[in-house]
Amino acid sequence: MVYILCFVLFLVGLYCVLTKKNIVKIVIGLGIMEYAVNLFLVLLGYRRGGGAPIREPGGDPLEFLATAVDPLPQALVLTSIVIGLGVTALAIALCVRLYEKYGTFDVTEIRRLKG
Amino acid sequence: MNGTLLPLFVAIPLGAAFLVAFLGRYSRVLADTLGTVATLSLAVLAVLLRGVRGVYAIGGWPPPLGIVWSVDGLTVMMLIVVNVISFTATLFSAPYLARFTAKSKYYGLFLLMVAGMNGVVLTGDLFNLFVFLEIASIASYALVAFGCEHEELEASFKYLVLGSVGSTLILLAIALLYGATGFLTMANVSQALAGRGSSPLTVLAVVFFVVGFGIKAALVPFHPWLPDAHPSAPAPISAMLSGVLIKTLGIYTLARLAFNIFGVDGTFASVLMALGVLSMTVGVFLAVGQWDLKRLLAYHSISQMGYVVLGIGLGGWVLATGGSPAVGTLAMLGGVFHLANHAAFKSLLFLCSGAIEQATGTRQLKELGGLGERMPLTRATCTIASLSIAGVPPFNGFWSKLMIVLACFQAGRYGLAAVTLLVSFVTLVSFLKVMRYAFLGSLPERLREVREAPLLMSLSMVLLAVLCTGMGLLLVGGAREAFLEPAVNALRAGLELGRTVLATGG
Repeated sequence: MVYILCFVLFLVGLYCVLTKKNIVKIVIGLGIMEYAVNLFLVLLGYRRGGGAPIREPGGDPLEFLATAVDPLPQALVLTSIVIGLGVTALAIALCVRLYEKYGTFDVTEIRRLKG
Repeated sequence: MNGTLLPLFVAIPLGAAFLVAFLGRYSRVLADTLGTVATLSLAVLAVLLRGVRGVYAIGGWPPPLGIVWSVDGLTVMMLIVVNVISFTATLFSAPYLARFTAKSKYYGLFLLMVAGMNGVVLTGDLFNLFVFLEIASIASYALVAFGCEHEELEASFKYLVLGSVGSTLILLAIALLYGATGFLTMANVSQALAGRGSSPLTVLAVVFFVVGFGIKAALVPFHPWLPDAHPSAPAPISAMLSGVLIKTLGIYTLARLAFNIFGVDGTFASVLMALGVLSMTVGVFLAVGQWDLKRLLAYHSISQMGYVVLGIGLGGWVLATGGSPAVGTLAMLGGVFHLANHAAFKSLLFLCSGAIEQATGTRQLKELGGLGERMPLTRATCTIASLSIAGVPPFNGFWSKLMIVLACFQAGRYGLAAVTLLVSFVTLVSFLKVMRYAFLGSLPERLREVREAPLLMSLSMVLLAVLCTGMGLLLVGGAREAFLEPAVNALRAGLELGRTVLATGG
C-alpha cells in the first residue's frame, strides 16, 4: 500500500516535469521524482518496529538480526541524495543563466533550437 | 600486468581532474599537458590490459558484501575504445579551446566524464553503476552548456531534464531489483532471478531499465535531447558524447543487462530489434534534411546506434529462439564491431566539423563551399570518415554493416536486411551532400583567407583517419580472436557469466 503511495508521488513529479511551463517548476518536479525513489528505497529496508542497525557490544546476534532494519538502502539513499543535490544545483545554475539570456522562465519562449 | 591496476582507470582521471582544476588556473600550457598526459596514460593502460580477465573486489570484500569490478572481453573492448577516443579528443582540445577562457574547468569536467565512463564499464555492481553513470552524465550536462550562449544553455537544460528522468527511472529499477532479490551485485542478482522465472516485478524493472538507458542512448523515441545537445557542445565534446558517451551509458549497459542479468528471451530481443530499426530509419531521414553540419552528424548518431542495437538484438533473438548459434554470433559480432567503428568515424566527423567551424566561423552548409583547396587535410580525413559511415569498402563501417546485413539474411529476416541497406544508402546520400556543399563548389568571397587546422588538431584527425582505414584488419585472424570475439563471448555467456564471477570472486 505504502509502495503505491511512493509510486503516486513519483507520478506527481513526472506530471510536474511534463506539463509545467516554468523551468524552476520543472526542476522542482525532478526533485519530487527523485525523493519518491529515495523514499521507496528506505521503505524497502524498513520493518515495523525495527531498531537501528547498530549492534551493541555483547548483544545477541540473533536478536539483532531479528530487530534491525536493513542498513544498505540507507547508505544508498545518502549517496543518491548527494547526487540529487549536484543535479539540482547544476539545474538551478542553468535556470539563472537562462534567465539572464532570455529574460524569462517560460519554456515556451526559450526555443531557439528546432529541426 | 594484472587486475590490481584496474582502480587506476578511475583514479587517474579523478586525480587529474582535481589537479587540473586546481593548478590549471595558473597556466594554460600546464592544463593542456596535464589533460593530455592523463588521457594518454589511460589509453596506453587500456591497451596493455587487453589480456586481463577476472574479478577485483574493492577493499577485499567478497561479493555480495562488497563492490566488485569484473573484467571480461566486452569490458576490455569498451575501455580501449573510450580511452583511445578521449585521448584524440584532448589532443584536439588544446588548440581548439584557445578561444574559451576557463580551460582548467573544461579539462576538469572532461576528465570527470572519462572517470565516470570507465567506472560504468568496469563495475559489476548495480548501485555503483548508477553512481558512475551520474558522474559521467552531470559532467556532460555541464560540458554541453560550456559556451554559455543562448542555444547551449537551452540544449543543456533539455538534456539535463531528460537525462535526470532517465537516471531516476534507472534508480527506481535498481531499487525494484534490490527489493526482489536482496542483492546489488550483478552476478548475484542474475543468479537469484534465474532461479525464479519472470514475475511482474522483474518485467516492470526491465521496462524502467529499457526506458532509462534508452534515454541515455538516445534511441528513438527517447531521442529528442540528442540533436540539440551534441551540436551545442564544443567539437571535441561532441566527439566524446556521440563517439563514446551514448555507447557506454546506453548501449553497453543495456546489452549487459539484457544478456548477463536478465537473460535475453524472444520478447526482450524483439523489443531491442524494434528500437534499433526505428532509430535507424527515423534518425537517417531526419538527418538528410539538415543544413547545420553538426546537427546532421548528431542525427546520424541516432541512426548508427540503431545499427548497433539491431545487431545485438538480432543476435539475442536468434540465440533465444533456437536459431543457428553461428548466425547469432555473427549478428552480435557485427553490432559490437559497429560500436567500435562508430566511435572512430563519428568522433572524426565531429572533429572535422570543429576544424571547419573554427576556420570559417560557421557550420551552416549553405554558407560553406570550396574548402577542399584551402583545407586539404580536413577534406581528406572528412572523406575517409564519410565513406566509413556510409559503408563503402574497404573502410571500417563497411565490414560491420556487411556482417549485420548478412546475419539478417541468414536469420531469414529479409525485411530487416532491406531496411538496413536502404538506411545505408540514405546515409551515403546525406554525406555526399556534406562533401558537395562543404568541400566542393566555389569558395565564397568571405572564406578566401581560410587556413588549415593547427598541428595538434590535424594530428588527432589523422590518427582517427588511420583507425577508420585500418580497423577492418581487426576481422583478420589473431586480431579478431584477441579483441572482438571475447567481447561477443562475454555477452553470449549470458547468465553463466554471473556464475563465473562468483566462482572467481573474493
